[in-house]
Amino acid sequence: MEKSFVCIACPMGCALRVWEEAGEIRVSGNTCKRGLEYGRQEFSAPMRTVTSSVRVEGRKHGLCSVKTDAAVPKEKVPQVLSAVYGLCVQAPVRVGDVLLENVADTGANLVATRNVDKA
Amino acid sequence: MYDVLIVGGGVTGCAIARALSRYRLKVAVLDGAADVAMGASRANSAIVHAGYDCEPGSKMARLNVRGNAMFDQLCQELDVPLKRVGSLVLGFSQQDGKSLERLYQNGLANGVPGLRLLSAEETHAMQPGLSDKVLGALYAPTGGITCPYELTCALAKNAMDNGVEFYLGSPVRSIATLADAVEVETEEQVLLRGRYVVNAAGVHADEVSALAGDASFHIRPRKGEYILFDRAVSDFVQMVLFQAPTAMGKGILVAPTVDGNAYIGPTAFNQDDKEDVSVRPEALDELKATAALSIPNLPLSKPITLFAGLRAVADTGDFVIGRSEKNPRLVQAAGICSPGLSSAPAIAEEVVASLAEAGLVLEENPAYSPLRKRKKRFRHMSPQEKAQAIAENPAYGRIICRCETVPEAEIVEAIREMPGVPSVDAVKRRTRAGMGRCQGGFCMPRVMELIERETNIPMDQITKNGGGSRICVGVTRGEAKQ
Amino acid sequence: MSERVQVAVIGGGPAGLAAALSAKKAGAERVVILERDKGPGGILQQCIHNGFGLHYFGQELTGPEYAQRFVSQLEDTDIELFLDTMVLEVTKDRRITAVSAERGLIELQADAVVLAMGCRERTRGALLIPGTRPAGVFTAGCAQRLVNMEACLPGKRVVILGSGDIGLIMARRMVWEGAEVLMVCELMPYSSGLNRNIVQCLQDNDIPLYFNTTVTCIHGKERVEGVTIAQVDPATRKPLPETARYVACDTLLLSVGLIPENELTTPTGAQMDRVTSGAVVDEFRQTTVPGIFACGNVLHVHDLVDNVSREAEIAGEAAAKFARGQLPSGPRRRVLTSGGARYAVPQLVSEDCQELDLYFRVGAAFKPALVQVFQGDTLIKQQKKPVMTPGEMEKLHLRLEKGQGDLRLHVEQA
Repeated sequence: MEKSFVCIACPMGCALRVWEEAGEIRVSGNTCKRGLEYGRQEFSAPMRTVTSSVRVEGRKHGLCSVKTDAAVPKEKVPQVLSAVYGLCVQAPVRVGDVLLENVADTGANLVATRNVDKA
Repeated sequence: MYDVLIVGGGVTGCAIARALSRYRLKVAVLDGAADVAMGASRANSAIVHAGYDCEPGSKMARLNVRGNAMFDQLCQELDVPLKRVGSLVLGFSQQDGKSLERLYQNGLANGVPGLRLLSAEETHAMQPGLSDKVLGALYAPTGGITCPYELTCALAKNAMDNGVEFYLGSPVRSIATLADAVEVETEEQVLLRGRYVVNAAGVHADEVSALAGDASFHIRPRKGEYILFDRAVSDFVQMVLFQAPTAMGKGILVAPTVDGNAYIGPTAFNQDDKEDVSVRPEALDELKATAALSIPNLPLSKPITLFAGLRAVADTGDFVIGRSEKNPRLVQAAGICSPGLSSAPAIAEEVVASLAEAGLVLEENPAYSPLRKRKKRFRHMSPQEKAQAIAENPAYGRIICRCETVPEAEIVEAIREMPGVPSVDAVKRRTRAGMGRCQGGFCMPRVMELIERETNIPMDQITKNGGGSRICVGVTRGEAKQ
Repeated sequence: MSERVQVAVIGGGPAGLAAALSAKKAGAERVVILERDKGPGGILQQCIHNGFGLHYFGQELTGPEYAQRFVSQLEDTDIELFLDTMVLEVTKDRRITAVSAERGLIELQADAVVLAMGCRERTRGALLIPGTRPAGVFTAGCAQRLVNMEACLPGKRVVILGSGDIGLIMARRMVWEGAEVLMVCELMPYSSGLNRNIVQCLQDNDIPLYFNTTVTCIHGKERVEGVTIAQVDPATRKPLPETARYVACDTLLLSVGLIPENELTTPTGAQMDRVTSGAVVDEFRQTTVPGIFACGNVLHVHDLVDNVSREAEIAGEAAAKFARGQLPSGPRRRVLTSGGARYAVPQLVSEDCQELDLYFRVGAAFKPALVQVFQGDTLIKQQKKPVMTPGEMEKLHLRLEKGQGDLRLHVEQA
């Protein structure tokens, strides 16, 4: 099945056509190698990084921002978000602290992206 | 039992409340909106008119000229800005010259001081930047500018300090006239009994009057739309500029505000809806084109906001003021369209006299103070005064609104002192936080935090302007799960 | 009594942090950052999405992480960070008046000043959108703060006007928070946002993007109830009344442009550039007022924070040199623009400047674009690029001959 994408590798925004042929993923419309790679990835296994912020226990404001430390499969984004929304962290938190391991079984960890000092 | 119930918390109602607070009386102000100054008093031209354009002999003429003369003392007592910048009515043709002459004669008949007809040369010297087509003007040195919502809030605050009570956020549903009293009931079933009721209900004054058994007049709202400019580009106008009235209409004003902005407006659009204060898309071109007749080089690329207000125009052709012929316990302060702001202190005086005439006993209240005492606004302080203010209260050192330099201390003071439930716009009207060029983009969440801290209203429940105007519709998914 | 500092940096966002660090590295003694917020980092604090730092750190970071890299470096220096501090005035002789709850009235005499105040968002009022003024109309950044910092949800049925990156990022954020984003309307025939954001924020969530479309009226008494949208005439940008339609929604987010916050700059008498809305600067990012420098979004609006950091480093280093009397002060020549080049920064270059990175933007899309630089009448650089769009800031490295004569940057369709 053929799919079309807008390449996001640079501002050119090439219109890519991607399809499978004889067990190989073929890309057309790209003007560079980065487009080829993007097209293949987006066709076979689109990946996204999830970012959000979570509540810090005992605080009304001043949330702690978080991200997945690697891109996760696009179709798993909703499960990752659900896991994030259930979370409440305890200060102190440092950038990079793992808050949830293997979030939603994606292999990626949820890590803090902000320092939160003890009140 | 109250002595007087005032329906309407605009500049008229609040001026009456304050005027009554100097006597030993139990007085309450009722308004359907969540705050005072929510009708015409928050969106008008902010002008203290000289009084030359009202029909000689009318109530408008008499009260405008009298009110104008009372403004200096009023604004001084209440610490409200007033600038006697003077006004010009610009003439563009020989025909206009005749109109100016007629206005001049009107003004003389009304007792307006200092009026002068100016030559083209004198006019251009007085206000640079005028169109070449301006051939002369009527100059009124007593024309001035003030801040109508600040004045209303100050009147309300001073009235509160002198014992007046406020019932806000619930419109009047019924008025029952008993033998020796009236009973006013609101939508939220607040039932207040008073000896007299004063109708200062703005665009709703005809309905309120009818509830009290007097359906002798009708009110039709007349919309006025405005464009307000950034302070940085507002030095192009120093005086209030009118255009000579023609068969085409009253023209569009170009004027400065006391806070250093300039505006163009108002339009005059008659409508039936008493709530609709939307700016019509077609109003923009009308405003720009008509205002440009006075000042061709308007900074049209630097507006900061649009707004509209409704003038309460009565079908009697004049203010409706004084004792009702239908109900002996009802005193009217209705049909207060322009020059209502200029006339407010004189209207209050007149209403007090009518109440006395109706039998209200006026006994001086020895505790009465006419002063609204407050600290000088931070943005007007000298560096030494600023240092002193922060030393006394560190919250003066935390600037919440960057554009208008409003510190936390002034916002907290406003939240604590306002008569109704604090909202973002109620804070804005009292402090100017959010009135600047970023229009609250930066300070609104911070003002909300302060409201939450001071009142315990959860952040997501805070409103822009009371009622159903919640700023946020809820909390985030993560927060909801906690 | 005013305190003496060598370099005062106004603003502790990405520009201010990088400028202060580079001033310190260049040997400035007392360096002070004056920041109005409770913590450093500026707007990056609320930009919790990723996509920052690919050029500067070679790594994709979120906004708070990008800021933290600089804050951590700051902690190893003696740079003073005045938080919760609002600067009220900067004079042309570099006296600074500020206030803070902690320190009261602050008066500094700086040997050099770096302006790094950033920018603000264009509002509904500046666009003159008619209609009512209900709750539910937000600039995208204001809504971003409410969601990401205050855990409040600004609305549930959202229309977004403007396809700038903040608007696109907020579209995804709102969807992830359970809101319905009905559409993004863009006045122009192209988006000023990155393709990556159009794909990952809009297409991933099936949000339509309508070009040549604007909001012509806002409806609703207390809270937004709907907006009227209409297509515009591509030539005049005026709405076409016959295309108007009502869209029921409870929220309108605006992502319609950023404006450098130069309220402190103009009273110094620094010459301003009407196109960038920032100061006119030379290759050291020095304004026309000696000793006052500017960098980051207060100078011109950037699309990548990486470029902000680089620009701030130039300004910070030069400020340190100026403070020690080591900055060249020879005559300057102008950098002019023509054709499709909308602006170029710096706008001035020393006559003895030999190497220069010129940053610029185009006024329309060129596919492909021809870029030329002339020194006097001589073509000194020519380059072809497959694409140039108004949303993307461009950089051009130049080697210059010493001498007089203005430079001119020219862009046209190749």
